[in-house]
Amino acid sequence: MSSEQAPATRSAAPEPQQGAAGEEEAYAKHKKVYPREVHGIFANLRMLGVTVLLGLYYGVAWLQWEGHQAVLLDLPNRKFYIFGLTFWPQDFFYFAWLLVIAALTLFYVTALAGRLWCGYACPQTVWTEIFLWIERKLEGSRNQQIKRDKANMTPAKFRVKATKHFIWITFSLFTGFTFVGYFTPIRELAVSFVHWDLGPWETFWIFFYGFATYGNAGWMREQVCIYMCPYARFQSAMFDKDTLIIAYDEERGEPRGSRKKGTDPQKAGLGDCVDCTLCVQVCPTGIDIRDGLQYQCIGCAACIDVCDEVMDKMGYEKGLVRYTTEHAMAGVHTDIARPRTIMYTVLLLALTVGLIYAIGQRLPLELDIIRDRNSLYRETPQGLVENVYTLKIVNMDKQAHRYSLGVAGLEGLELVREKALIEVPGGEVFTLPVSVRVDPGVLKRAANEIEFTISAADNVKLTRTETARFLGPVMAR
Amino acid sequence: MNVNEYSFTSDFWSIWIIVLTVGNILACWWLIRWSSKKRPGEAEAGDVTGHSWDEGTLEEYNNPLPRWWLWLFYLTMIFAAVYLFLYPGLGSYAGYLKWTPQDRYAKEMEAADQKYGPLFAKYAGTPITQLAADDNALKIGQRLYVNYCATCHGSDARGVPGFPNLRDGAWLYGGEPEAIKTSILDGRSGVMPAWSAVLKEQGVDEVTAYVLSLSGRDADANKVAAGKAHYATYCAACHGADATGNTALGAPNLTDEAWLYGGSPGVIRQSIADGRNGRMPAHRDFLGEDKSHLLATYIYSLSNK
Repeated sequence: MSSEQAPATRSAAPEPQQGAAGEEEAYAKHKKVYPREVHGIFANLRMLGVTVLLGLYYGVAWLQWEGHQAVLLDLPNRKFYIFGLTFWPQDFFYFAWLLVIAALTLFYVTALAGRLWCGYACPQTVWTEIFLWIERKLEGSRNQQIKRDKANMTPAKFRVKATKHFIWITFSLFTGFTFVGYFTPIRELAVSFVHWDLGPWETFWIFFYGFATYGNAGWMREQVCIYMCPYARFQSAMFDKDTLIIAYDEERGEPRGSRKKGTDPQKAGLGDCVDCTLCVQVCPTGIDIRDGLQYQCIGCAACIDVCDEVMDKMGYEKGLVRYTTEHAMAGVHTDIARPRTIMYTVLLLALTVGLIYAIGQRLPLELDIIRDRNSLYRETPQGLVENVYTLKIVNMDKQAHRYSLGVAGLEGLELVREKALIEVPGGEVFTLPVSVRVDPGVLKRAANEIEFTISAADNVKLTRTETARFLGPVMAR
Repeated sequence: MNVNEYSFTSDFWSIWIIVLTVGNILACWWLIRWSSKKRPGEAEAGDVTGHSWDEGTLEEYNNPLPRWWLWLFYLTMIFAAVYLFLYPGLGSYAGYLKWTPQDRYAKEMEAADQKYGPLFAKYAGTPITQLAADDNALKIGQRLYVNYCATCHGSDARGVPGFPNLRDGAWLYGGEPEAIKTSILDGRSGVMPAWSAVLKEQGVDEVTAYVLSLSGRDADANKVAAGKAHYATYCAACHGADATGNTALGAPNLTDEAWLYGGSPGVIRQSIADGRNGRMPAHRDFLGEDKSHLLATYIYSLSNK
């Protein structure tokens, strides 16, 4: 982040413990952040994000599509169903492509609008939001929570805490179950879950993912963003002075100070900030936005919502804390179209159109040729030279096809075959050993390139041609 | 502490590794304790350390790490200690669980046998002649063939010199289903003795001429006649008086066009002069009865459509 805000980093530094142990004082004891509940337009937007994203996560797993689970990553059979499309490991290229697009989109959004991802869509935020909601329902407001945590353990406190953790853990396990449900058909998984005859790996991943959800959303929370998240650390490289950030208008707010309602701030020599510290209380990462832009800020806009409410009550103009840019704050025009955003737009468009086109043109047919390695070639009793290949015909289509096989590249090349057409059921890999013969007189080199072509009898477009080597003796001229 | 069979001849290296491993863990523990202490002259927590880069715009702060981070470090040490106690790692100490890769392999093989065994066993009761009409059985057979047989006999089963063609209907040990299965289960050993010492140069030439004539090829008539006499003395015992071979011995039929080692005059001459040693390995212990049954079915089907 830019230099002006650098000293602000201090504010978020947890106070080190001056414990009697002495030796561990270089490490800070974790201080729980109790974010105060907030209402407002951005809180509503986040709730919308949470509802839609969690709805998709928990819901899509149950959808069916043409007789199979709509989204199913079937690892044992190496087939990946995404609605109408079935991908094979050979298509992993598209997945890498998709990840590149996803990463670029993240950079693009960050350059334009800052940490929208962190504030509204990141799983860490989304699940933490739900966990906070459960916590508030059971433990009450921020003040009640702080008070309870300070108090001694009583049966009542124990009951509240136990209920909270029970609900958290149940919800986490359901999250883990849903996650596994994208890899094992979830309807079958539900049945085995009820009868408790899950496989060892299914059990492991349900508990592992459940534990991660419980730990990250229940206990780690902002620690994940501050200490563990790589994106939080490198997003500053995508920021510039035209990037949308959440900032406190220092000029308008300072000098801050409390006042009676109805006091004229100008007469009292005060700015608009009433120093109510609500912006600090609502902050999920426990920082003070008034200290300037900080890497701990996840851009959730809770401070905007709460400050606007206060400004309304005071009868001041909203937006003391607001979405703005460094340039706008300094009174300079904010550029949306700047080299990096233009580049991102062009790149993203090209990659997205390219991916859609590539998937549209994808041929559900693969041909792999494996040359026999036990001998270079052999001679038939008729004096011909013969090479042996194993063809793997991968029919990635859902229906069966009958394929014809041809070979070309040398004069008089002859394919030894049993059947004219090879039938391969849908979604199967067919292994076909074939021998190819030629009169050694036509061989000009020891290694010759030949071509195998398979093509579906019912669809000319379904044609694949692959090259192979044909080895043989070069006859003396 | 036991000195196990694959370790070094003395205990020294075992002790060396134990000392290094334990020493490293203790050193890590000491290092983390040492570096957690505040040193004189160090910046107060939360203050700048005085290190700055980029013309003073980037400054380093002495911000404390969270305490749980330290716990993770201790956790790795506890993990190491537990692991080294349970599993082999400390020199030649076998570990409390006595875990070995050999055991693990045996267990996984057993689990695989239990899982996949029934798939093969299902076909074991059906006679090969009947099973050869079952597409599924042939598919399994073909996969087994590609895994275990194709390296020598070729993916298309047409063989290479020294490794028989399995499609041509010429069988050294008989093409009956049971004979094929026996070849797979118990292997075969085909020995052709070397005759150069007995027949001498000229005798070998004459026998070669006679053998060529048996499959209808041109050869010097005088040599053929002389060769025929040698054949009756030395060769007919195994290859038969009519030269159609003997499947009990694995002696090839010399009147057809199938040549295990090649049919050119030079190669035939070499076979007679220097002899041949053919060996098909036994697969009974390795593949077992059920898989061999399916393999035999596939191979039988290749020449019996």
